[in-house]
Amino acid sequence: MKCQFCHNPATIHLTDIIQGHKREMHLCDRCARERKLLPAPGGAPLNLKALLQLLLQAVRNKEGGAEGAACPHCGQSYERLKVEGRLGCAADYVQFQTMLEPLLERIHRATQHRGKRPRWAQRHNELQQLRQQLQQAVATEDYELAARLRDRIRQMERDVEGTWR
Amino acid sequence: MNLDALLPNLGEWLRGTGPDSDIILSTRIRLARNLADLPFTNRADPPQKAAVVRRVRDALAKVRLPYTLEYHDLATLSPLDRQFLVERQLISPELATHQGPCGVAFDPQESVSIMVNEEDHLRLQVLRSGFALEEAWQEINQLDDALEAYLPFAFHPQFGYLTACPTNVGTGLRASVMLHLPALNLTRQLERTLRAIQKIQLTVRGLHGERSHALGDLYQISNQVTLGKSEQRILHELREVIHIILDSERQARQLLLQEQRQIEQNRVARALGALGSATLITAEETMELLSVVRLGIHLKLVDNIPTTVVNQLFIQCQAAHLQKILGHTLDGEERNVARARFLKDRLRQLGPQLS
Repeated sequence: MKCQFCHNPATIHLTDIIQGHKREMHLCDRCARERKLLPAPGGAPLNLKALLQLLLQAVRNKEGGAEGAACPHCGQSYERLKVEGRLGCAADYVQFQTMLEPLLERIHRATQHRGKRPRWAQRHNELQQLRQQLQQAVATEDYELAARLRDRIRQMERDVEGTWR
Repeated sequence: MNLDALLPNLGEWLRGTGPDSDIILSTRIRLARNLADLPFTNRADPPQKAAVVRRVRDALAKVRLPYTLEYHDLATLSPLDRQFLVERQLISPELATHQGPCGVAFDPQESVSIMVNEEDHLRLQVLRSGFALEEAWQEINQLDDALEAYLPFAFHPQFGYLTACPTNVGTGLRASVMLHLPALNLTRQLERTLRAIQKIQLTVRGLHGERSHALGDLYQISNQVTLGKSEQRILHELREVIHIILDSERQARQLLLQEQRQIEQNRVARALGALGSATLITAEETMELLSVVRLGIHLKLVDNIPTTVVNQLFIQCQAAHLQKILGHTLDGEERNVARARFLKDRLRQLGPQLS
């Protein structure tokens, strides 16, 4: 499981149950220290107040987000997602990403896809790499390389656009 | 195309051939795919669903495949025809009752099908007789590649192929193997085996998928996890487990032969007797009795009935098939009478004798 703040492996797991509602936090060592949840070596004891605030804040974020942040594409809200267990459109995965990750972790014990990718996604990856190389080439004033990279990027962009026609 | 043309055929999953077909009826792989720019089926309005249908049909018209996929609009099919397609494993019970534009495309072999506007915009499915995970994967992977050139599938670098239900996200792949496990059941090892399977993130279901219970000792075992593992890894893990179950079912069958041959012989004879002499019989009872006969064939306790005949009776005795064969609709009790008469006629033609 990953830390909810920085995606390093979580080593600290906090659970509280308030009126039958279970809430969980998963943090790595460093993030827990930064938030004063762990006693610094030789320092103050466990900061209960900070711990409680952090948990409450997580709850507020989740519940507050439910009202305000319906998906602009399909209108799906987090509340309804919780009830129906179904997402409304592809954009929901981005809209509700922070809420989905712990859920996916529970279902699949993973949050990162490792299977097949569509060809356009493979090309998208290559394009991103080429754009980075182009920026670097410009920064180092290697204009010959930059021109070559620019032409390849243009060609690939045309190919990608042509794919779905 | 009139669906009645399918009636004399067995369909890929009941062909009764393929590797390990003494225990494994069929292998199925499905891939869930959605169009990136339209809401998923549960949030789509009728015009949006119609747009999905139109785009899938356009893609099917352009795509080059070694087989032809003919599209059937479910709105134009009677409830009986829809049920007929469910019984042939070409559509899910959920799609059969779906309101609004939806349909299914499949090939003449009934091996490849695409459900449109099920829970996801597209559910690609490949069925193979016997134990054939790799072949089924090759086939469906090619179909997916071919369609991808014409349809913008929703994909996210972290989450993979995006699906309406988070339990399918990632590969969108569900591979399931349908096994006939009567001996494990008789030797009371089945429950323990199935419990162990569920602990290692595999799912066990009955004949018609979710929410169906096991009839006629038929079990579908499938992967649960779709995210975080490659397709090959998922298939490999499933294959390993199926091999173990195959071994234990075969051992259990040997044990039955060694320790209670007479009892088994008696069970098979009685099952054939009941099938051939009942005047009223339900589909469930038929499936249970055919399961006994099927085991009898593989234990060589009965010789002149081929497995294909058992498979034929199995599908023909399902409610929608029976009504289409007889050419008119029947209510529950009439169906049970008609089924009994149908079985009696068929078995009389075969004239089975016990070895």
